[in-house]
Amino acid sequence: MDPILIFIQALNGLQLGIMLFLMAAGLTLVFGVMNLINLAHGSLYMMGAYLAATLQQQTGSFLLAVLLAIPLTILIGMLIEVIVLRSLYDRDHLDQVLATFALILFFNELVRIVWGPQAYFMAAPALLSGSMQILPGVSYPVFRIGIIAVGMAVAIFLYVLIAYTRLGMLIRAGATNREMVGALGVNIRLLYTLVFGLGAALAGLAGMMAGPILSVEVGMGESIIILTFVVIVIGGIGSIRGAFIASIAVGVADTFGRVLLPPALASMVIYVLMAAVLYWRPQGLFPAHG
Amino acid sequence: MNRRFAGLVFALGLVAGSYAYGAEQVKIGYMATMSGPTASLGTDILDGLKLGISHCGGKLGGLPVDLVIGDDQLKPDVGVEVASRMIEKDKVDLVTGIVFSNVMMAVAKPVTDAGIFLISGNAGPSPLAGKGCLPNFFAVSWQNDQTHEAMGKYLQDQGVKSLYLMAPNYQAGKDGLAGVKRYFRGEIVGEVYTKINQPDYAAELAQLRAAKPEALFVFYPGGMGINFIKQYAQAGLKEEIPLYTTAFTLDQSVLQAMGDAALGLLNASFWSPDLKNPVNEKFVIDFKATYNRLPSLFAAQGYDVALLINSAIEAVEGDLSDKDKLREAFKRADFHSVRGLFRFNNNHFPIQDFYIREVFRNEEGVLTNKTIAVAFKDHADAYHTQCEMK
Repeated sequence: MDPILIFIQALNGLQLGIMLFLMAAGLTLVFGVMNLINLAHGSLYMMGAYLAATLQQQTGSFLLAVLLAIPLTILIGMLIEVIVLRSLYDRDHLDQVLATFALILFFNELVRIVWGPQAYFMAAPALLSGSMQILPGVSYPVFRIGIIAVGMAVAIFLYVLIAYTRLGMLIRAGATNREMVGALGVNIRLLYTLVFGLGAALAGLAGMMAGPILSVEVGMGESIIILTFVVIVIGGIGSIRGAFIASIAVGVADTFGRVLLPPALASMVIYVLMAAVLYWRPQGLFPAHG
Repeated sequence: MNRRFAGLVFALGLVAGSYAYGAEQVKIGYMATMSGPTASLGTDILDGLKLGISHCGGKLGGLPVDLVIGDDQLKPDVGVEVASRMIEKDKVDLVTGIVFSNVMMAVAKPVTDAGIFLISGNAGPSPLAGKGCLPNFFAVSWQNDQTHEAMGKYLQDQGVKSLYLMAPNYQAGKDGLAGVKRYFRGEIVGEVYTKINQPDYAAELAQLRAAKPEALFVFYPGGMGINFIKQYAQAGLKEEIPLYTTAFTLDQSVLQAMGDAALGLLNASFWSPDLKNPVNEKFVIDFKATYNRLPSLFAAQGYDVALLINSAIEAVEGDLSDKDKLREAFKRADFHSVRGLFRFNNNHFPIQDFYIREVFRNEEGVLTNKTIAVAFKDHADAYHTQCEMK
């Protein structure tokens, strides 16, 4: 492989990683702060994509659709949290898996009833469509560069949020020791709802960014949720920094695995990576809990 | 006479009476993937089947139809379970549908061994066309390799010298690429198998660009196709490396989700909505009126299943009890299908024409296919000589 190709593939790996990061950040927050395994995170990704695709068809503007769809997704997330998940915090992880799996089935059917079983069309915005020359003789799709840009912006936003705001402090405290935070008089219920809303926003945003390049269809969350869990396990539960590093690592490993190895081995690469990390550091790379 | 004895005789009389020659109805078990991302294929074939039944006057061969619907969830074990339930509990006379070849391979022997006819509305795996051919099995659609062979032949005839191949890493993917290579004699510059339901092809597209082939052939059905075509167009590859594929990637049910990315792409198919024959014209117009969308090739297959069953039951005058006569009637396939005249080969797979279609926007602005060339006339599958049936 010549250096240009290696560079392109590295960029592809970065872009895949950034997309995974958008999903993983929300999931790791929810798992870390609320100790809740949320399989329906993929459903929020799907709802975000469908809502944005529909709004884009209605308004004709990708930006407007995204700006409107994010609060809608947050709303759906908070509704799920209040109606379904509140009763699950004290329960075993397996109960949470069962309940959130039921949510996956529910959302899949809901989408099929409202939007139909056929895949939905979502266009990339005119500003971000086509390819651009990033190096002499090398063109790369503009939208993917857009994804990298959005992902980096979100990463910086989360960093500032977690490190420099009160909410961020509560999130870090909650991820480290939630009982103590409750005992110190913080409104844990409100915190949980806010964190879940933030997770839903991130998942929805990931869906909206993925919509133009992937197919918007029933069950689209399922293919990405497994990868997301691998990422947060590698990165360490509850750590945004871990999610970022791990998602880039998984994205690059998966991309180069597909390019360099035969197909059967290529699909194993990320799981082998996860096993290796867990062997060396069972808590993940940057665990939030002490 | 003892009242209980009379009652028993009466009951027996009723039961005996129901075995009169000429059944009262035909019970059909329709099993397909009706849930999950590929559910639209199962519902499409069913919609075609139902339209076919209604075009035959709401009956098949003069018998009222009792349709039992089951979902195999794309799982072979669930498929076997559903099929067994249909045969033992619902007592169906035939089983039809079956979208996916892995489910078909699981249910083919159990269903046909029970003496029930299995009419495939889609899946056409090569073992059932060759050494494993079964007398009670009939494929109305095609044999899996045929459509890919058609594109391979077209590329060979067009003088393409180097070809890059891509497909998902499962049996149908491998069969598809094998079919292309059977007729394409040029250089195969790359043969890449990707993970099933892989969402992102950026890495593979970069490799494709670096290989600089003259053309690209892909087999990516359903959601995989939508992802691939969109990403291929976005990477600016449409101008560099022309893409050729089969109808499964560019079929009506997924075209709208691809948008302009699909415009101008060529695909091989045994059927097209613009085929000029009276049966097809009626089918397309009525399908659009009934379901408010253009039919896909899956719907066309379902429609032909209804017409085939209708012709067979008519030929035996409604007597479903003589299986040998019914089998002969199926083999004769005396009906006009949406693709013109229809006939079976010795292995109960169709001998049919294959066309090359191009994606375009019709007057209503809807993306659909138009026929631009004929790839094969009266094409038989590659496995029929291995089948022992005559």
